[in-house]
Amino acid sequence: MTATRLAKGGYIDRDQLVNFTWDGRTLYGHAGDSLASALLASNQQVLGRSFKYHRPRGLMSAGVEESGALVTIGRDDHRDANVRATTQELYAGLVAQGQNAWPSVRFDVGSINNLFGRFLAAGFYYKTFMGLPPFEWGSGTGMWMRYEKIIRKAAGMGTASRSPDPDHYEHAHGYCDLLVVGSGPAGRSAALTAAKTGLDVILVEQEGILGGDTLAQPQAADNLAEQIKALKDVGVRIMVRTTAFGLYDGGVAGLLERVTDHLAEPPTWMPRQRCWTLRARYTVLATGALERHVAFGNNDRPGIMTANAARVYLNRFAVRAGENIVIATNNDSAYAGAFELAQAGASVQILDARKSIPDAIRAQAADAHAALRTGAAPLMAHGAKGITALDIAEQQAANWREAGKTDCDLLLVSGGWSPVVNLLSHRGVKPVWDADLACFVPGQTNEPLSMAGSAAGVWNDNACLLSGQAAAERAVTHLGGAQGSTATPAPGGWQGAITPLYEVSVPGRQLKSFVDPQHDVTTEDVRLAHREGYVSVEHLKRYTTLGMAADQGKMGNIIGLALMAEALGKEIPQVGTTTFRPPYTPVSLGALKGRNVGNHFRALRRTPLHEWNLEAGGTMTMAGLWHRPWYFARSGETIGDAYVREAQTTRRTVGLCDVTSLGKIAIQGPDSTELLNRIYSNPFAKLPIGKARYGIMLRDDGFVMDDGTTWHLSESEYFMTTTTAHAGKVMAFLEELLQTRWTDLRVHVTSVSEQWAGVAVAGPKSRQVLESCVENAAAVSDANLPFMGVLETTLKGKVPCRIARISFSGERAFEVYVPSDFGPDIMDALWESARSMNGCLYGLEALGALRIEKGHVTGAELDGRVTIEDAGLGRMASDKKPYIGSALRKRPDMARDNRPRLVGIFPRDRREIFNAGSLLCAPGHIEGYGEGWITAVTHSPALGHWIGLGFISGGHSQWQDKAVVCADPIRKGNTAVEIVSPHMFDPDGERMYG
Amino acid sequence: MLRIPCPFCGTRDHSEFSYGGDASVEYPALEAPAEAWLEAVFQRDNIDGVQLETWQHLHGCRMWIVVERDTRTHEIHSVRPAHQGLASALAQSADPVSES
Ligand SMILES: [Zn+2]
Repeated sequence: MTATRLAKGGYIDRDQLVNFTWDGRTLYGHAGDSLASALLASNQQVLGRSFKYHRPRGLMSAGVEESGALVTIGRDDHRDANVRATTQELYAGLVAQGQNAWPSVRFDVGSINNLFGRFLAAGFYYKTFMGLPPFEWGSGTGMWMRYEKIIRKAAGMGTASRSPDPDHYEHAHGYCDLLVVGSGPAGRSAALTAAKTGLDVILVEQEGILGGDTLAQPQAADNLAEQIKALKDVGVRIMVRTTAFGLYDGGVAGLLERVTDHLAEPPTWMPRQRCWTLRARYTVLATGALERHVAFGNNDRPGIMTANAARVYLNRFAVRAGENIVIATNNDSAYAGAFELAQAGASVQILDARKSIPDAIRAQAADAHAALRTGAAPLMAHGAKGITALDIAEQQAANWREAGKTDCDLLLVSGGWSPVVNLLSHRGVKPVWDADLACFVPGQTNEPLSMAGSAAGVWNDNACLLSGQAAAERAVTHLGGAQGSTATPAPGGWQGAITPLYEVSVPGRQLKSFVDPQHDVTTEDVRLAHREGYVSVEHLKRYTTLGMAADQGKMGNIIGLALMAEALGKEIPQVGTTTFRPPYTPVSLGALKGRNVGNHFRALRRTPLHEWNLEAGGTMTMAGLWHRPWYFARSGETIGDAYVREAQTTRRTVGLCDVTSLGKIAIQGPDSTELLNRIYSNPFAKLPIGKARYGIMLRDDGFVMDDGTTWHLSESEYFMTTTTAHAGKVMAFLEELLQTRWTDLRVHVTSVSEQWAGVAVAGPKSRQVLESCVENAAAVSDANLPFMGVLETTLKGKVPCRIARISFSGERAFEVYVPSDFGPDIMDALWESARSMNGCLYGLEALGALRIEKGHVTGAELDGRVTIEDAGLGRMASDKKPYIGSALRKRPDMARDNRPRLVGIFPRDRREIFNAGSLLCAPGHIEGYGEGWITAVTHSPALGHWIGLGFISGGHSQWQDKAVVCADPIRKGNTAVEIVSPHMFDPDGERMYG
Repeated sequence: MLRIPCPFCGTRDHSEFSYGGDASVEYPALEAPAEAWLEAVFQRDNIDGVQLETWQHLHGCRMWIVVERDTRTHEIHSVRPAHQGLASALAQSADPVSES
């Protein structure tokens, strides 16, 4: 193949020379080149090695369907594998490398696979490596494990960098009236027609410049620049380098915008790519059509490409891809290119598989001075690293026979065209086989969606314009505008009919004819699959991997279908087509994740005391979405030292802890009491004003949903607290009840979690701390604020606050809430007072230790499988009133005696440690799920050894004084433990009530 | 992605909503026997076609709504507030927010 850059023409800037590196060599192209056109102009023919057989491959197309020139772009961490050279814009300093070859694509040691091709035929992996039950662990699997590495090395594509992706990506959202996909003749006319009526139109084009198929035609014939200006003038929003990769429900399109992939030195503030969620009220798909290959011997040789590809290289990039050209076609579309290539100085022969062709087409061949043979087709290509000659076949009755040989350096193939119906297929619309046009055309849809141009099987340029116009008019009408008058052109438009041609072979000649070049699937593989009993196209696809490469069958699917139909003695529509799924072309994972990485992976919630906690020396940890203080280490302290000191200090004097993350719900209205009485399992009807009560709510199915305290503030107002973990769920449930089931209740619920900052003041000296901070010290006296008392008062500085004397730690304790903005100031005051009493700040770790000692449950215990009895709180549940869950909690299985019940756990040898997550087993029966599990452990400062909480069948009474094994096979092994009451410290609560 | 026309806010992405459950379920009175509750909580049809479902506009107006959706096509036929009183008030109002 001798390619030549022409002296004029094309959409390239000859004044701008662009250097790039191909396999370590510096080459030059022009601004406006694709990597493919620049490589072609530099006469680089072998651009890749095939997946299994390591056959040399070159350019097969000029677009997204490319299956030969898959290369690796970039270096080091910026390496991007399997990039189609045809869609990569050239930029200065671009580094590209051939892949799947060693040491290079030109000299590849792995091509020896080619000689052993029969071992790698369809189903090779399955047959060789799948063990059959009951010998699954026999030879098959064992061999796979031995040879996997070798096979993966030999068969594969490019390799990704192992480092984190250094680029950044963005998510973006958009809205429009009309989305037009594709900027060819149909897309441009659709966008223009719609925008002229005032619709907000977005036109997306996957290439770097607008034009679509127009770019493949001689420039003199069009006024593209004027047309683009007209589009901009009517306000069409144009997005280039943007692929509509998927269509979803409700008119949502997924767009991938490649922002910097074409830039030599992208500004660091720019994202590499943007993933758009676009909501369009109407969508016109003017996605074009892809030219098909034909299966014949060595049809994958470099120097064989689609006829249209050569036209794109010629007219868009001003590269004549060969000198001595054979064009093999079965339809009219290849003749225009023949003329243009001849004009550009090439000698052209045409093989047309059709027996007879229209005179006008014959005249086109004559204009090109092209030798024309009808009823002829390519049989086998010669040449190792590029085509040098071609064996020709001639039609004889129903078969082909050998009919001579001709020299050539470029073979162009047109096997017909396949409309790009992929996006429509994403909407579940099956394409319909059009036997006259030998292609699938779009099926009908009721969605606000139209196909236009060659995507609808319309081949003629003028008809494409009308097709786009008609589609736009349908959009306008759908969106409430005037009725249009343009008739939708029927599919077709060639002068002579196409003669279907999928494979050329002659009896008795062994040919290597590729159906899916990217996955090295041959015609023989398809037939082998049929011989081995595969009749469904879906199974064929999986067995041969046809259509499962990065191009998703854009090149080979139809040939595969046709061969399968032939083998089965059926027609193509009876064999069916596979469903196209998003994405249309590959989308990088980076674009899908956008900025949701690292710290931005999920939302982060900080309390108003966050900075205060940090300044006080707190180490933070994640609790759900919340950042909460974990422990406050003094210099030299480990986390273990710190939390033990904090828990001890709290029990000895006083400790302060940020509890802002608890859920807080304002319950207001005359029926508030009724609501609470219905949702809590324990009685709330008679809770006096100024009192708080611990409550447990169940789900409809009778299991525990959440617990917390609710404070009665006034006749018609309560302040509910929930666990941190379930705050959202409880709020949504209350709203559901009030809006769907109990619409007669006059209650309003408001989430006020963000409005109040909360501090737990716990320990024997907690009341003294409060006394020093409130304006009226008498208000917090034991008489005025007894256990479970609630008080609305003011702190010094006239800060309104709510205080309840409630305890999670088992000490005399208070929860103090102030409006969020006052949080840090109040914390200053409380801490100054607490510090003067040798108090401490404590974090989640000490909080956990204190509550485990007391056997108080949290999310670790209330995991959704626990009944109120399991949690040891059954006596709280009312028998006198109905409430949510009261009917179903009485189901027999939930009353079983041997259900796992909450217990405390001590190590038998008090010096031992054990882990949360361990199973509790009877000695000698360390198997299965055991008898229970451990939910939480801590070193108990009060008891001086490790303790735990957990559940065990039958609970404390069943296992008291019996040997139990804490089994932790993966981490620690077994530990002998004993089961105790969950109330491991101060079981009578003297410290709390006192 | 579904687009749900919230009767209060207009059409929004489904990611703003959270799915509730089967909107055709009539929850029994709290004091109703366990059998009635078993029926309401556990016995659900797996509808191939149009079904009524509750959604909450969680990251919007927080209203619970009843959506009539075709499980085969995801087509949404109607949306109304779950609260009957609000639904009838909205139906009577001159200019209801609706996009279908
Ligand atoms: Zn809403």
